[in-house]
Amino acid sequence: MPVAITLTVNGETLTRLVEPRETLADFLRRDLELTGTHTGCEMGVCGACLVMLDGLPAHACLMFAVQADGTRVETVEGLTGSAALADLQRAFHERNALQCGFCTPGMLISAEGLLARKAMPSREEIRDALSGNYCRCTGYEAIVDAIETVARRRAAGEAALPFAEEPA
Amino acid sequence: MNRPLSALDRPNSYIGRSVSRPNAKRLLAGRGRYVTDLVLPRMLHAAFLRSPYAHARIVAIDVDAARAMPGVRLVATGADLAKLCKPWTGTLDHFKGMTSVPQLPLPLEEVLWAGQAVVAVVADSRAEAEDAVEAIVIEFEELPAVVDIDLARAPGADRAAAGLENNLCFHSRLDTGGIDTIFADAAHVVEEEFHFGRHTAVTLEPRAIVADYDCSEGRLTVHHATQTPYQFQDLYSRHYGIPEARVRVIAPDIGGSFGMKLHVYHEDMAVVGLSMLTGRPVKFVADRVESFVSDIHARDHRVRARMALDDAGTILAMDVEDVTAIGPFSTYPRTSAVEGNQVIRLIGAPYRMRNYRAELSVVFQNKVQTSQYRAVGHPIACAVTERLLDMAAAKVGLDPAAIRERNLIPDDAYPCESPTGFRFEALSHQQCLARLKTMMGYERLRDEQATLRARGIHRGIGIATFVEISNPSPAFYGIGGARISAQDGAIVKVTPSGEVRCLISVTEQGQGTETIIGQIVADQLGIPCERVQVVTGDTEVTPHGGATWACRGAGIGGETALQAARRLRANILALAATILQAKPEALTLQDGIVVDAVTGAERISLAEIARIAYFRSDTLPPDASAQLSVAHHYAPQGYPFAFTNGIQGCHVELDVETGFVKILKHWVVEDCGRIINPLLVDEQMRGGVVQGLGAAFFEECLYNDGGQLTNGSLADYLVPMACEMPDIEIGHVETPTADTVLGAKGCGEAGTAAASAAALNAVNDALAPFGTSIAQIPMTPARLLKALGRI
Repeated sequence: MPVAITLTVNGETLTRLVEPRETLADFLRRDLELTGTHTGCEMGVCGACLVMLDGLPAHACLMFAVQADGTRVETVEGLTGSAALADLQRAFHERNALQCGFCTPGMLISAEGLLARKAMPSREEIRDALSGNYCRCTGYEAIVDAIETVARRRAAGEAALPFAEEPA
Repeated sequence: MNRPLSALDRPNSYIGRSVSRPNAKRLLAGRGRYVTDLVLPRMLHAAFLRSPYAHARIVAIDVDAARAMPGVRLVATGADLAKLCKPWTGTLDHFKGMTSVPQLPLPLEEVLWAGQAVVAVVADSRAEAEDAVEAIVIEFEELPAVVDIDLARAPGADRAAAGLENNLCFHSRLDTGGIDTIFADAAHVVEEEFHFGRHTAVTLEPRAIVADYDCSEGRLTVHHATQTPYQFQDLYSRHYGIPEARVRVIAPDIGGSFGMKLHVYHEDMAVVGLSMLTGRPVKFVADRVESFVSDIHARDHRVRARMALDDAGTILAMDVEDVTAIGPFSTYPRTSAVEGNQVIRLIGAPYRMRNYRAELSVVFQNKVQTSQYRAVGHPIACAVTERLLDMAAAKVGLDPAAIRERNLIPDDAYPCESPTGFRFEALSHQQCLARLKTMMGYERLRDEQATLRARGIHRGIGIATFVEISNPSPAFYGIGGARISAQDGAIVKVTPSGEVRCLISVTEQGQGTETIIGQIVADQLGIPCERVQVVTGDTEVTPHGGATWACRGAGIGGETALQAARRLRANILALAATILQAKPEALTLQDGIVVDAVTGAERISLAEIARIAYFRSDTLPPDASAQLSVAHHYAPQGYPFAFTNGIQGCHVELDVETGFVKILKHWVVEDCGRIINPLLVDEQMRGGVVQGLGAAFFEECLYNDGGQLTNGSLADYLVPMACEMPDIEIGHVETPTADTVLGAKGCGEAGTAAASAAALNAVNDALAPFGTSIAQIPMTPARLLKALGRI
């Protein structure tokens, strides 16, 4: 039987009926049409489904939607809208740190989580922090470069330029 | 100091410039539109019951309980779909004597590998479809599974599929003659038996398809995560008997492909039939476990090879036997014989060797099919050649770099032909090797290696030269009877506001196809890059073409765009000349404005020309021809392939206590001809190298004796992670092909072609002081400890 949950997703408080067996990833993708959260393995290995759960990266494929009752979830769509990822997105774009883009939302969330924990990680620490994010296209180096660049820019106090195009 | 002006200082000179990909922004914002994301009105979901046996006869299928489950709209068996779909056979005419059994979407009587889809359930949700799959009862009679490549070829062996005379799919032999004598008389002979594990593509987005058959118009639309929409348009049309013009295949954003998504899969063919049977859109997305047991696998070769050399270390001959196992049938429509064929034809390709013998056996077995995946055959050919050369160097007493300097085809010896019949237009092996040595600090690394060895630290240095096949002509598939195009088409048009749209048949999977096509069109027209929009991946919109595979996007797609843009530019200038009462040759386009070719004075903007052409044709003279759309096709001519070349270096540290290898650094020098966008080429190299390093150290589809895949999940199958991968330095040599104006060759597979060979040589270099070696990839810690005699 469906169960009612109430949670905040990308700043909006919602109440929805969900099947107890529905994962948070499926809930976000299907019920809320937030398809920026991807599922690559559905067992918590590849990191494509990472979202911010109460401010920390969490695998949306490893928890049921009912477990997210009362939480605050942010997806790549919300974090793009609030410009929280703007400097990372810009750096990824400049450095071509993505190809097919399927891992990218999860990568951005991992990167944001890392930089929140540690402002100036070494390249080795960045590589280590990305161990839960598989990328099959880039070979990772460009992603490491982009995150390193953002850490440096943030440390230098550079204001993030907007990533999204402004309506004319 | 001011640097001298180069071609890149001309306005709108985009060829050769690093430009970020405009279409990457939506992916970064989470606005990608993958097939996985697609929802259509009244859409249903398919799930499949899969064979638990590697080989079995289907005795009985009972679907009654499944049909009664909630949300179930259709349960279909092989017989149901066989009424609609013509069978297919994965052979090509130019592979003489090749055989394979016919295939259907779902089997009628026999299952041929563990994981084969047997029955389809279509339901309102995927979860309900999967629930109903559990209620299907199938009685199987288990048959002997053909697993081992030698047992498969033994006289009287069990056969992998009913209807096969034996388990040999294809056999081929090359022989320049006199090989036994050359080996008997040679000063040095080295030989080895190599094992190359099966691995698979693991695209992060699994295979995904939505088929939507509209019975009111007899029209099929398929949203398909594929590299090759035109190939599938043709196949769906012919196998389901729908006129081609009523079949539309759309390939939107694709979450990785690497060759894996251009083959026919049984579930994909089934989904088309399921949509026809239900009259509703049907979606199927393989989950990761399904991907492991149904996506094509790659490699799986055992190669016995030897090399004869004179006393100075000059290669005299090679003698090779490759046995490769491909599953129970050859993949459709590109077959499973191309990889082996390329292995035996690419071996020794960078070197002056003239004498060669090779035998290829392509063998059936009861595992999932293998077929073309990134760098088809190249990693095997490269590893065999390069490892034997290192073994020869040790025997002759030469440094690995020195033996290559001695044997490489000199840069001034082109054009020339390989003993296997490949014609090389112009390659740059010597320049690449010299460049690699400088980038690596080769001599310094050797000194450091010696110093560290004395301290018990075991580092290894490996290098591997490669030749890559790109830009194939119809000699690749067309002459074999496959309806896979070697040409591409583009429509380039000026919009009423003076912007430009290019609709082109090459496709995008993140490598940057649309970006480079935009660069070429903008460059050739003389307009800002931002004013060109490139559209790909929809058979109803873009012209028919080969699309993206075998590194043909830049070389063939790029030349198509270039020629189309030049024709459009001529039309624009002719019309401008009419409007301005000038001569076309006195005008040129710059930054979207027609200017005087000599003075650069502005005459008329492209936007104004478009306004006049589209809205005020009454102001033009009666004989004026305003052709602001151009359709153009280009097929490669001249050399049958544009070969590229390069060399890679790998530096590793081996922990002899644990068998773990730390990859310290990797280098690539590559020559892909004219570079259109250095940023994108470098990232193609890096991504390719990491897939090659995955094969070298981690990735292997492991089967037990019963033909069951034992590591079919992402927790068990090891994909290279960021923390295991090194920084990769890239260098370039540019030798443009003279076959095209653009001069570009391919670059997408070069990284994968030689990375595992360089790694194999590096690890063996580290093992050398222990008097042991390894000739199997992946080089897992257990295999290395075994080589070291520790376990």
